[in-house]
Amino acid sequence: MPVNFFPAEFEVVRNSDRCIKCRACERQCSNEVHIYDADFDKMLSRDNQCVDCQRCVSICPVSALKIVPNENAFRKSANYSQQLMIENYRQAGSGGVLLSSMGNPQDYPVYWDKILINASQVTNPPIDPLREPMETKVFLGKKPAGIKKNPDGSIDTHTEPYLELNMPILFSAMSYGSISKNAHESLARAATELGTYYNTGEGGLHKDFYQYGKNTIVQVASGRFGVFKDYLDTGAAIEIKMGQGAKPGIGGHLPGAKIREDVSKTRMIPMGTDAISPAPHHDIYSIEDLRQLIFSLKEATEYKKPVIVKVAAVHNVAAIASGIARSGADIIAIDGFRGGTGAAPTRIRDNVGIPIELALAAVDQRLRDEGIRNEVSIIAAGSVRSSADAVKAIALGADAVYIGTPALLALGCHLCRSCHSGKCNWGIATQRPDLVKRLNPDVGYQRLVNLVNAWNHEIKEIMGGMGINSIEALRGNRLMLRGIGLSQKELDILGILHAGE
Amino acid sequence: MLLKEGEIRIPAGCAISGFISRDGNKMNGGDIVKSISYMHDRSNGLGGGFAGYGIYPEYKDYYAFHVFYDSNEAREKTERFLDRHFDVINLSRIPTKKVPSITNEPLIWRYFVNPLPTKIAASQLDEKEFVAKCVIRINNDIEGAYVFSSGKNMGVFKAVGFPEDVGEFYRLEEYEGYAWTAHGRYPTNTPGWWGGAHPFALLDYTIVHNGEISSYDANRRFIEMFGYKCTLLTDTEVITYIFDWLNRKQELSLEDIASIIAAPFWSEIDEIEKKGPQKAAKLRYFRNTMSSLLITGPFSIILGYTGGIMALNDRLKLRSMVVAEKKDIVYIASEECAIRAICPDCENVWSPKGGEPVIVTLSEEGKRKCL
Amino acid sequence: MKRVYVNEDRCLGCHLCETYCAFANSGETDMVKAFKTGKDAVPRIRIEEGDGINFAVQCRHCADPLCVKGCIAGALSVNNGVIEINHDKCVGCYTCVLSCPYGCIVIDYKNGGRTVTKCELCTRNNAGEPACAANCINRAIVFEERGED
Repeated sequence: MPVNFFPAEFEVVRNSDRCIKCRACERQCSNEVHIYDADFDKMLSRDNQCVDCQRCVSICPVSALKIVPNENAFRKSANYSQQLMIENYRQAGSGGVLLSSMGNPQDYPVYWDKILINASQVTNPPIDPLREPMETKVFLGKKPAGIKKNPDGSIDTHTEPYLELNMPILFSAMSYGSISKNAHESLARAATELGTYYNTGEGGLHKDFYQYGKNTIVQVASGRFGVFKDYLDTGAAIEIKMGQGAKPGIGGHLPGAKIREDVSKTRMIPMGTDAISPAPHHDIYSIEDLRQLIFSLKEATEYKKPVIVKVAAVHNVAAIASGIARSGADIIAIDGFRGGTGAAPTRIRDNVGIPIELALAAVDQRLRDEGIRNEVSIIAAGSVRSSADAVKAIALGADAVYIGTPALLALGCHLCRSCHSGKCNWGIATQRPDLVKRLNPDVGYQRLVNLVNAWNHEIKEIMGGMGINSIEALRGNRLMLRGIGLSQKELDILGILHAGE
Repeated sequence: MLLKEGEIRIPAGCAISGFISRDGNKMNGGDIVKSISYMHDRSNGLGGGFAGYGIYPEYKDYYAFHVFYDSNEAREKTERFLDRHFDVINLSRIPTKKVPSITNEPLIWRYFVNPLPTKIAASQLDEKEFVAKCVIRINNDIEGAYVFSSGKNMGVFKAVGFPEDVGEFYRLEEYEGYAWTAHGRYPTNTPGWWGGAHPFALLDYTIVHNGEISSYDANRRFIEMFGYKCTLLTDTEVITYIFDWLNRKQELSLEDIASIIAAPFWSEIDEIEKKGPQKAAKLRYFRNTMSSLLITGPFSIILGYTGGIMALNDRLKLRSMVVAEKKDIVYIASEECAIRAICPDCENVWSPKGGEPVIVTLSEEGKRKCL
Repeated sequence: MKRVYVNEDRCLGCHLCETYCAFANSGETDMVKAFKTGKDAVPRIRIEEGDGINFAVQCRHCADPLCVKGCIAGALSVNNGVIEINHDKCVGCYTCVLSCPYGCIVIDYKNGGRTVTKCELCTRNNAGEPACAANCINRAIVFEERGED
C-alpha cells in the first residue's frame, strides 16, 4: 500500500449494541462506506470514503450511527491548518486544481450576525400579525421616475414589465444538471404554490417544466445552454448571469458524466460532453455590450419580460451595479461570496469576492446617491440563511432575496460540500437515476413550501414587532438596524448606527 | 452632551388641532390656542406651535419668511443672502410677549420677500422651487439661522414650551386667518431647540403630526433621491417633503397622495377591484411604483396649504383623530374636547377611518375673499 | 377501503419497510430489543429488486381472495376487508402460498416454517397504521383509499 499522507476526514462511529444489521446504511451509501461482513456478522466501515452527508445517520432505524471528525491530529500550527496541509498533499498527488462545492465555509465575518433588529416600545405600538393585515407582496422591476399623466389628466398607469411576489423570497439559480430533475420539479412546484419564482440556472428548462413557466426565471449564462426562443418565451423573467458569488470571474464546468440523455437534450449539447461555460460572455466584454444583450433579449420577447442581471459581489460592485442600472436592466441580483455552487475551484470559492451585506449596502446607497434606485430592483443573494437575514437584507435595501442553500436544506442537503462528486446521497446534486429517485418531489416541494411559509411568518412577526405592516416600509429602512461589535468603517459602509446609539 | 434636533432622532407623542372656514371667514388666533390648550396633557412643554393661513392679506403676494437666529452675526449673513436673491419688501422682529415659561428665545425675524427674476432665470428653476432651494440653503449653510416658515399669506409660530404659552408668547390673538393648525409636542428626549418644534413648513405646506412612523428611514432615503435633505430627522419633516414632492412636483391630488402614503391593504384593493377595476388599477400602480412612500406606524396629520387643510390617519388608525363641523367651519383634533372647547355645539362629530383623507377646501366665496 | 400501495418510481430498495414491519409485529416496543433478543418477526412485506426497479410487495387484501378459499384449516379469514391469519389454526400446508397470485403469504421461518404469516395492515399489532407506509423514507409506500374495492 502506498503511503497515505493524510487520514480519513471522518470517522464512522457505529454503536454495535444498537446496530441490528438491517444494512439500510449499506444500501443507501453511494460512497460505499458501509459493508456487511458475513464472517464477522457485522457492519464494517470504510471511513476514508465518507463525506459526512449524514444520509446513513438520518435513516438508521435504531440511531446506531454517528459520523464524527477524525480526531487524528497533525502537529498544530496557527499558520498551516490541517486542512491546508491535506489540500497540499492532495494536490501533490493529483497535480490538479482543488474542487469544492456549496458556499465558502471559511472563518470570515458574517455581518448578518453582527446586525440587530429594532422593535417598538411605548412610543409606537407593535402590530400583531395574527390580528392585523401584514403585507409581504413585492414587485420587482423598473419603477417610473415620477408620475406621468394622460392627455385627459388621468394617471398613466402603464409600467415596465415586473415580477409580482407574494413574499420577498425567490429560489436562486440552480441548473438542471447541477441538480437533479426531481430537485427542479420540487422547486418549480413550490414556487408556483408560494406565488414566487425559481430560477433555471444555466442548464435550460426541461420540457416537463414548461407548465411552471409563469413562476420560472430563465437564465442566460455565458455557455448559452438551452437558450432558444421557446425557453425565453416560457419564463416570467430572463436573468443574464454575469457572475456567481461562489466563483466570481470563473465560468462553469459540468462534467460529461452528468450529461445524460435528458440533460443533454435540455442543454442542447451532445451526451457525455463536458458543458463548459466560459468565464466571460464572449459577446460581453464591456458594459455597452451588456446593454446590447439586455435589449436583444427584450426584443426577442417583445418587451414583455423583465431582465435581471446577476453579478457576483466584487470590490467595485457599487459602480458595476450603477452601470447595470443604466443599461436597461430591470432587476439586479447581487450574489455574495458565501453563495453556494455545484462546483468551484476551492481557492476561488474561499478567497474571491466580498460579503453580500457590504455589497448590498454599498449598491443600494450608490444607486440612491445617484437618484436611480427606482430604475432597478435589487435581489440580494449569497447566504441569506434565515428569515432574520432576509429582514436585515431588506432593511439594508434589498427588494427581495434569493435563497439557494436553505432550499437545498429543505430537500435534505446536509452541506457535505461534495456536489462535484455527482454522488449526492440525497438525490439532489446527482444525475444517477437510482440516487435521483431518492428525492420524491411530492415530499420535496411540500418541504420547500413549508420552509418559505415559515420564513414568511417570521418576517411578518419581526415586521410587526417593528410596527411595520407592509414590507415596502421595511425596504431600505436602515434605522431599524444596529451594528454590534463593528468598526466605524463597517458601520459607515452598512449605513447603520451601532447598538446603543 | 445632549444632541440637538437633527443630530439624533427623537420620537414624540403629540396633540394636534386645526380648523378652517370654508367661506374664508377670518378666525382669531386665540381660538386655536384655546383649542390646543385643552389637550395640555398630550404635550410636555418641550414644543408647541401654530400655522395660520390668510394672516398676511396686506402682503399676500410675498413670501413671508419667519427666521430664528442664534446671533446677530447669523442675521447679518442671512440678510446679505436675502438681499442677493430677493427683493425684501419689509422686515421686522416678530412681535412677542414675555412669558415666564418661555425661555432661551432666539432672535425671531420676519421678512416679506419676492425672488429676483434675474436670479430665477439664472437658476432655471420655477419660482417656488427657487424659493424652496434658497430656504434649504440658508438652513443648511448659515450657522445659527433657521427659516421656519416660507409661504405666502401664511405663517408658522413655534417654540419650546407648552402650546398655550407659545400662543401667548407670539400674541396670536392679534392675528386673523381662515385656517389654523396647532401642535403640542411630547418628545421623549429634550431637544431644547426651537427649530425642532412643529409645525414643519416648506413653502405654504405645513404639517402637524402626532405619531411615530415606523417607515421613517425607508421614506427618508427614498425622498432624498429627489433633492430633499432631511436634516431634522423628524417624521414631520419627511412627511412634508413627501407632500411637497407628490403634490407640488408630481401634481397628484391629495386623495391620490393619501392612497400612496396610507395605501389601502391588498385585501381592500381586491374588494375595490370588483366595483371599479380602473380605480383598483390605479391603486395597484401606486403600491407598485410608489411603494417607498407608504407610511406605516401610527400617525395623524393635518396638512395645511393655501386654500385648504387635509387630515389623514395611518391605515390602521393607531392614533386618535376626530372631525366635527359647524356651519362652514370644519374642526379636526386629536381629541373631541379640543373642538368642544371652541365650538360647544359642533355637529357631525366623527372619527375618520384609517387611511381615509378628510380634505376641506375654501368654497368659491372663500377663495374670492382670501386668495 | 384503505390499502397499502407502492410506487416503484419512488421505491429505493432500502428494505427499511421490512425492518419496520418485522419490528411492528414483534410485540416489542424497542427496535433494538426486538432484533437483539430474537423476538423480531418475519417481515410481511418484501422488496423485489432488479434492473434498477424496486418495489415492495405485501398482501393485496383481495376482494375475492384465493388464499382464503384454499385454506384447508380455516386459518385465513376476511375481517372488514382485511385478510387475517389465525396462527393457532394454521397447519403449515402452504396451500395459500401456492394459490396467492402475488406471492404475499410468508412462511414463518422463525418457527421453522410450521405456520405461515401475512400482512394484516398492522390492524392486530400496536403500530396504529401500517408501519411500512408510516416509516417509508421516500413516501414510496402509502396507505390510502383509492376506491378499488
